[in-house]
Amino acid sequence: MTVESLYPRLEPLLAQVQKPIQYVGGELNAQLTDWDDAEVHWALMYPDAYEVGLPNQGLMILYEVLNERPDALAERTYAVWPDLAALMREAGVGQFTVDGHRPVRAFDVLGISFATELGYTNMLEALDLAGIPLHAVDRDETHPVVVAGGHAAFNPEPIADFVDCAVLGDGEQVVGDITDVVAAWKRQGRPGGRVELLARLARVEGVYVPRFYAVAYAEDGTIASVTPSGDAPATVAKRTVMDLDEWPYPKQPLVPLAESVHERMSVEIFRGCTRGCRFCQAGMITRPVRERTITGIGSMVDAGLKATGYEEVGLLSLSSADHSEIGQLATELADRYEGTNTGLSLPSTRVDAFNVTLANEFSRNGRRSGLTFAPEGGSERIRRVINKTVSKEDLVRTVTTAYANGWRQVKLYFMCGLPTETDEDVLEIAELAVEVIRAGREASGTKDVRCTVSIGGFVPKPHTPFQWASQASAETIDHRLRLLRAAINADRRIGRSIGLRYHDGKPGMIEGLLSRGDRRVGRVIERVWREGGRFDGWSEHFSYERWTAAAAEELRPFGLDLDWYTTRERGQHEVLPWDHLESGLDKEWLWDDWQEALSEEEVADCRWTPCYDCGVCPTMGTEIQIGPTGRSLIPLTPVRS
Amino acid sequence: MARQPEGPPPPPTVQKLRIRYAKRGRLRFASHRDLARALERALRRAQVPMAFSAGFSPHPKISYIGAAPTGTASEAEYLEIGVSRRCDPDAVRVALDESLPPGIDVLDCVEAQAGTGSLAERIDSSRWRVELVDTPVDDVRAAVEAFLAADAVMVTKRTKDGTRDVDARAAVVSAEVAGGAGCAILQLVVRQLTPTVRPDDVLAALAAVADLHPPLPPRAVREAQGRLDGSGNVADPLDPDREVRAHCQGERTPA
Repeated sequence: MTVESLYPRLEPLLAQVQKPIQYVGGELNAQLTDWDDAEVHWALMYPDAYEVGLPNQGLMILYEVLNERPDALAERTYAVWPDLAALMREAGVGQFTVDGHRPVRAFDVLGISFATELGYTNMLEALDLAGIPLHAVDRDETHPVVVAGGHAAFNPEPIADFVDCAVLGDGEQVVGDITDVVAAWKRQGRPGGRVELLARLARVEGVYVPRFYAVAYAEDGTIASVTPSGDAPATVAKRTVMDLDEWPYPKQPLVPLAESVHERMSVEIFRGCTRGCRFCQAGMITRPVRERTITGIGSMVDAGLKATGYEEVGLLSLSSADHSEIGQLATELADRYEGTNTGLSLPSTRVDAFNVTLANEFSRNGRRSGLTFAPEGGSERIRRVINKTVSKEDLVRTVTTAYANGWRQVKLYFMCGLPTETDEDVLEIAELAVEVIRAGREASGTKDVRCTVSIGGFVPKPHTPFQWASQASAETIDHRLRLLRAAINADRRIGRSIGLRYHDGKPGMIEGLLSRGDRRVGRVIERVWREGGRFDGWSEHFSYERWTAAAAEELRPFGLDLDWYTTRERGQHEVLPWDHLESGLDKEWLWDDWQEALSEEEVADCRWTPCYDCGVCPTMGTEIQIGPTGRSLIPLTPVRS
Repeated sequence: MARQPEGPPPPPTVQKLRIRYAKRGRLRFASHRDLARALERALRRAQVPMAFSAGFSPHPKISYIGAAPTGTASEAEYLEIGVSRRCDPDAVRVALDESLPPGIDVLDCVEAQAGTGSLAERIDSSRWRVELVDTPVDDVRAAVEAFLAADAVMVTKRTKDGTRDVDARAAVVSAEVAGGAGCAILQLVVRQLTPTVRPDDVLAALAAVADLHPPLPPRAVREAQGRLDGSGNVADPLDPDREVRAHCQGERTPA
């Protein structure tokens, strides 16, 4: 069966929409395989706009890994903006891939990567545009298997009705296992139909098939039990890729014609983080730390720059300055690209891992952009609660050093609404910023220094010590942000050098509902989508009123409401919706860490101190993989201008 | 005193290259900014030794001349680059073309010759080919006749500052209609005035004078850009550089 391209029918519509380039594909390094040359066809979706989705590393990695298989083909699809969606419905053109413009409905698997829960309505929109029934139970064997992945898949319960499977953990290997299962089932003539296929997928390590788990609720609204049926495992454990050097993806990063949110090439220098920041879901669910070696990174940078022509390389990870070879790496990369206007960048730097030499090496050949630090908490007390300890003196000293060495712009990231937080904790952010500017002006000898304070509301996440915490209400967040703004503006002579960027507390409440929600929340998501909810990560599209009204209506029959899911503190023995999904973290350890947070006790990083039994390595059969390797980058001779 | 980056200033431009390229097929939906980004990256991938501006944010020396609007294809887009080491224009053409995504195709590359003036000065008009699918040729012909017969045809353009009325007729040098496979083909020669009159403005003018409404958005291709000569043709703007070069070579190596 060959599948026709929708492009001829799509093209006339593109002349009528904003930024049509995002729908045409044809990116550098895009791949297109003949439909009939593949047994298993994957549509990979990032459920947000193209400009956000295209640079996503996860999707790029899986795209290459799958396309390298002789029996598989992978194409990409992104959320379609409402202007085109309306024209597509009118013209009867379904959700399409940007590579071959093939209908998503024709693929065997639709894999959706959720970096955030705010993409859920976009998933429903894509399913509907594709002509795929919204509810998994209404699909037959001609429909794609809808698979959710990404960090949000660690609690897929709110979308359990809409997805066929969720994949936990690293995707590189599990997509191959899924391909094997689907290929075998198709080759055998699809025995047992869709249910048999899902039953086989449920036996793949890391694959969770919600329909095989029955959830029962207690009278107080909490979960009484989650019961697997058939031979579905009682718990589903995440996948972990060991030895990152064996997975040097993306090898050929996609370079879009359209402007995207990251105009640079990225190399993931390690995966996982054991710093133990208690708010950080990413750090908790991606353990242990697995470093790529300096030579592995060096060859990926070289290959990637040749393949893309980017002039900046981002060295990605959850805390890049912690790489055991970061200093040597920065120097040797700067040597290699001397005179080529190739810049290096880190996403953000821990205050305690920053040094000027490192920062100088990063900007030696490229543009000197601003520096970004993420203290996260305003006071030393709250930083102990979240286990991101750094003293105020160290913070001011570090930032001042940066100003003294020629940086003029420093960005500081904070959160508001952290457990145990008071108004005073947040007001200390203002004191800190004022001090940073004062000291910075003195150290640099100029008034031309700026500090941007960026602050957002904290949302407690599953699989973290804060999973039991009460989320601060939107009113609390907004109140504290108002106080902070007034405090920063109190002295205009200093305040004018401080920028404040913040998000109001409302979207965080919805993110909170979706993050720690259970299957009953699915009705809220569906209702919001039916009432026009799309692109919830975009303030111009997000409607808090639509969400709160839908939540009130849909949760009332259960005797629940938005607050029950967000501001309610959970008890130690409550069955959490994601308890049967294994990140490897021992629930008792998480609880102890939560209690230690409340008593402001810190925990060290297990890379440099003895194991404190979080549970991940023994449960998952994994281990910390760090250097230094003692190796050096081989010299290369890139073109010089 | 303004801060200066440490280290020596960037190497100077030793040669300028003038490049003609096409945007074709799906990539007609690329905007000028999209193309500029793609070209800058391709120049790096092709390892062209670009000259850079000085300062904290060095930029490669590239000037773009005009730009076909988003949604229109072109066979005749031009840019000029400055390089810090002398290059063989043919080698640059091949390497750059290989480094660009299919659909952005480098057609020509010549060395800018001293004393020939700027490239921008050699471009004042465009020749367009506009395909009107499922539109009767006779309807288009009648509309074009009415349009050409008018002294002025005002259309409203959307600009970044709102809307602006512009005389579409004044910019059009010639307009001819032919029949194609299932479509009418409109050949236009249009002067590049300010504000620019684009094929969609001419179509709006045809709708205004003769109520012509093609059922599908028309597909426009810029076939040529250059100076309008006495007989209404558009001259190749790279010719002056080629002529000087041929002349110099002729002097050095007499046949």
